[in-house]
Amino acid sequence: MRITRLNSKQTETKAEAVDLRLLDPLIEKNKAKKGNLIPLLQGAQDLYGYIPREVFGKLSDECGISLSDMFGVATFYAQFRLQPVGKHIIKVCHGTACHVQNAKEISEAIEESLRIKDGETTEDRFYTLESVACLGCCSLAPVMMIGDQTYGKLTGNEAVKIIKNIKLSENN
Amino acid sequence: MITTVTVGLGSCGIAAGAGKTFEKIKAMKEQENLPFELQKTSCIGMCYREPLVEITDDTGTYIYGDVNEDRAVEVIEKHINQHDPIREYIVYTDLFEAAENDFIQSQVKIVLRNCGYIDPESITDYEQRHGYTAMKTIVMEKLSREDVIKTILDSGLRGRGGGGFPTGMKWKFANASKSEQKYVICNADEGDPGAFMDRSVLEGDPHSVLEGMIIAAYAIEATGGVIYCRAEYPLAIKRLNIAIKQAHENGYLGKNSFGIRGWDFDIYIKEGAGAFVCGEETALIASIEGERGMPRKRPPFPAVSGLWKNPTNINNVETYANVPWIILNGSAAYAKYGTEKSKGTKVFALAGKIRRSGLVEVPMGMTIKDVIFKLGGGIKNNKRFKAVQLGGPSGGCIPEYLSDTIVDYDSVNATGAIMGSGGMVVMDETTCMVDVAKFFLDFTRKESCGKCTFCRVGTMRMLEILERITNGKGQETDIERLEELAYQIKDNSLCGLGQTAPNPVLTTIRYFRDEYEAHIGHKKCPAKVCRPLLTYTVDEEKCTGCMVCLKNCPAKAITGERKKLHLINQDLCTKCGVCFSKCKFESIVLT
Repeated sequence: MRITRLNSKQTETKAEAVDLRLLDPLIEKNKAKKGNLIPLLQGAQDLYGYIPREVFGKLSDECGISLSDMFGVATFYAQFRLQPVGKHIIKVCHGTACHVQNAKEISEAIEESLRIKDGETTEDRFYTLESVACLGCCSLAPVMMIGDQTYGKLTGNEAVKIIKNIKLSENN
Repeated sequence: MITTVTVGLGSCGIAAGAGKTFEKIKAMKEQENLPFELQKTSCIGMCYREPLVEITDDTGTYIYGDVNEDRAVEVIEKHINQHDPIREYIVYTDLFEAAENDFIQSQVKIVLRNCGYIDPESITDYEQRHGYTAMKTIVMEKLSREDVIKTILDSGLRGRGGGGFPTGMKWKFANASKSEQKYVICNADEGDPGAFMDRSVLEGDPHSVLEGMIIAAYAIEATGGVIYCRAEYPLAIKRLNIAIKQAHENGYLGKNSFGIRGWDFDIYIKEGAGAFVCGEETALIASIEGERGMPRKRPPFPAVSGLWKNPTNINNVETYANVPWIILNGSAAYAKYGTEKSKGTKVFALAGKIRRSGLVEVPMGMTIKDVIFKLGGGIKNNKRFKAVQLGGPSGGCIPEYLSDTIVDYDSVNATGAIMGSGGMVVMDETTCMVDVAKFFLDFTRKESCGKCTFCRVGTMRMLEILERITNGKGQETDIERLEELAYQIKDNSLCGLGQTAPNPVLTTIRYFRDEYEAHIGHKKCPAKVCRPLLTYTVDEEKCTGCMVCLKNCPAKAITGERKKLHLINQDLCTKCGVCFSKCKFESIVLT
């Protein structure tokens, strides 16, 4: 079931200053529209990269949507994050075509190299690792995507190499 | 005639590096002031040969495959500057026998009629290939709503999203419901892992979908249109937005659409937020309304009470893309293709262990074997064809011995699989069917919305059993237990997701029971996929004692001395397979 994805660890939000004023244009635009809850959450996530706890409060107060409704929707859809993410999100495809061509190996190699599990972020907030259902590049399976760039026909070693290279090139 | 050079820039092309190829050719053209026109198009379906570059000159049309930056330089240099096409790189042409000619020539392109032929960001390109002519004909010949619906009914078009409900009937019901507000929705929430037909149509020919929706809207007197598209398809969304804007500028959308006074039809895009269950129409409507995407009981059907409780017609991308062609060419021309109960063509996304993975459109009634071997070129690496998975998580596996089954709704249903949206994932002897069943069940378990107990809890219980089996802890009664749970879930779930979730398990049990039994009874995985069931040993004859495996073993489970036989301690072995992949002498045996 979708909602079980949420455990207590994920709901803790780090105490970081969140500038709530950024939300004003979004609220202005969507306040009076029907069916505005998902666009509001999507907009907020675009602004902050995730949906901080404080944002729920402000959206609820100003748009008159109950907190429980908002939280229900935010945890239902795979798109919404309640935790800050790394600078780069590594999306490893686990669609059928990638699965039968050993996508598991890619995820495991990355997990081992970055020492994080699926869905987690590295301590330096550089990488977040995510499994996704299908990136639609089945002919290049197994595939991962970092930013807009798709890497295909991977092996575990190659994936790790790519990740290390990105980090190196940005540190220099 | 001006020579044109066209680069395929669909998602798969871009992933394969077509963007760089395009930039390279552009730079060459500018630097050397070369005499050709550079254009963009989308996916032509040959994903396995991306990046693709098409060159049309006075002599004909040539498609080059695998054009990376280096090859692009070579091709432009030779073909454009020296008028000397490079034969071995050409994958398709009308002029001589090229590697992939049969791939294109065995297809019938109705839905994909423009994909790979036009610039998807140009409405003029679309119009030049009879775009919007269907709707203009309706307006000019003053065809009534009933006329349009009758044409669609007569064509025999059935819903391409998976259900296969006759499209004309849907329109008829929606037309019969009276209301001031009515909606048409395009279901572009292609969540099925392993399927990318809709994405290709949206990226390659967005106007055909808009025109299909406009015709449907005209037929049921709708005032608003919504395209519910996966957020994971950013390029499709971008191109749809461009198309909608262009349609507005040309008066096809907005106030008095197509000059029909008082008909202010408009379409907007709603980005899905990532939930497979939203492919189900009532869940999709809930999601557009901003709620959690949970299905509700039907009736009332959306045709009576849908979006904001107004009559609503929902069709899938591929269905809409068929509509303009049918109106333009007539229902008889469409019904000419296909079988008695399934008319027209179907687009399939070929993926998995197949040589030519990509997109194909074939007439209904072709055998699965022909699709895989004639079009798909057979199995990769000369392996043996084992099964094909049709219909994604809701579908099932069709074994090799049933590959003479034809593709139409009823024949595929008879095997226990479903036609689904058109994902065809091919599996060979190295694919473990129990593992595949587990994979799909894990997917549906995560995606279950949780409303119905049997779907919510039952899929979890089934997954636990499958995990147990693949971990070597399967019990004698597990197969029967799986079947029992499967039928309970099918019978007691509200929507399509739950009703079909057990299909992958049921079909694999039906056709590959021996594999389940090997896992449970002998604790072995015949395809050598399920790791806990594998044993790595050293072949005494072949081992040279080179110490490579010993040094690389992360668990320090291998003992031995230089030039002496090595041994694997089974109690310490974690079955990671490092020794197997490192050994140069093939002396590690996997059983």
